[in-house]
Amino acid sequence: MAAIRGLRRFGSLLARMLGFAGGIAAIGGAKAVDLPENRADLMFHGYDGGGVRATGPALLVRKNLVDRVSMSASYYADIVSNASIDVVTQASPYRETRNEYAVGLDYAVRDALISLATSTSREPDYRADAVSLDVSQETFGGMTSVAIGFTRAKDKVGHKDRGFFDNASHWRYRLGVTQILTPRWLASVNVEAVADDGFLGSPYRAARVFGAAVPERNPRTRSSRAVKVRTIGEIADRQSVRAEYRYYWDTWDIRSHTVEAGYARHFGEQWLADAYLRYYTQDRALFYSDNATAETLYVSRNRQLGTFTSVGLGAKLAYTWKRIPGRYEVRLHGALERSRFDFTDFTDIRTGSPYAYDANVMQVFVSATF
Amino acid sequence: MSRAPSIARHAAFALLACAALSGCARLQPWVKPYERERLADPVMKLQRDGLSDKHFEHVRDVREGSRGATGVQGGGCGCN
Repeated sequence: MAAIRGLRRFGSLLARMLGFAGGIAAIGGAKAVDLPENRADLMFHGYDGGGVRATGPALLVRKNLVDRVSMSASYYADIVSNASIDVVTQASPYRETRNEYAVGLDYAVRDALISLATSTSREPDYRADAVSLDVSQETFGGMTSVAIGFTRAKDKVGHKDRGFFDNASHWRYRLGVTQILTPRWLASVNVEAVADDGFLGSPYRAARVFGAAVPERNPRTRSSRAVKVRTIGEIADRQSVRAEYRYYWDTWDIRSHTVEAGYARHFGEQWLADAYLRYYTQDRALFYSDNATAETLYVSRNRQLGTFTSVGLGAKLAYTWKRIPGRYEVRLHGALERSRFDFTDFTDIRTGSPYAYDANVMQVFVSATF
Repeated sequence: MSRAPSIARHAAFALLACAALSGCARLQPWVKPYERERLADPVMKLQRDGLSDKHFEHVRDVREGSRGATGVQGGGCGCN
């Protein structure tokens, strides 16, 4: 029944997007920027770390409908078995599935690409619906690309015993500029502001006050900013290096730095390899406490809001399996990332030591462009 | 009495703005379309595989306190 309901919801989203496509296809226009290429991806993904295992399939199909309109549809599933430290010290391990459906429409007009997308995500105790609009414009002889975007999301928050009891709303505003600097070098800047309102925690999670477990109490609003700069350059024939840095800050007083560096190269005509190193560090939220020693209005022991660092090392490999130039290309991909999380102020109450764990992220997928 | 310095400041600012804008007007794209072949190579893409990027972003979104400015379109994980 759940699958039928999911399909119905997907069909309804598809019908709405097709209606919109029909409307804008009727509008005339001059020569436009290139639409994203026709493409299909089928992926199996996995995450294993800290007692949590999440696996599932994902599918993305993108196809040009008419010469200036492209449509995409995706499905993403997370089958989660959770025996994390929170769960094993407070409750019983559980399994649940999250299904996400999304459809999008891209319309190319002159030097601009307008993208409209909507998604819906369902878990037994959480529902999220989002609509986003993105516009990217090429300018300065095609050397500069400016993109702006907005997402509005509405969530329903539930509890397995109480049903849906609260809501959360999210607004995301983003701006990006990509600049070609030389024939072998480009850079980009992205800025994003996010505002949240509503129930922003977990009804299952407990905080510790004077050693006693109490339900966590989070503020009902949060506002954040993030700035990211990236640059990528060709260092030798068909080899590139890239560097990225992101600074993040919010009204919960979390500050974070993310640094990533990567290297990519071809091996012959059929292989493409990537390797990267990622470092992330953050300071705790104002109301985060491992074990609070004062009664405060807000208190949380969500380690996602604590002080920690993580280091990840990743590799990706793509193999071109079949290629008929001008007609289609089929590639096989694999990706693996191993990361280490070290928490400064989250105690593993089973051992009394600061908590740390290793995690693996895995992807295998087939992509076809046609 | 303080009006004169304020007018002078505005005039200087207007002059600087004009100079800056006229400078921009002379600036021409210096990488021609036919010189961008190498930038089209997959190794030069900041984002290559949308579905793969989305999964990595989701994994980080639910484990880190930060969000946003990743360059992945849409954004947000819609989960708890």
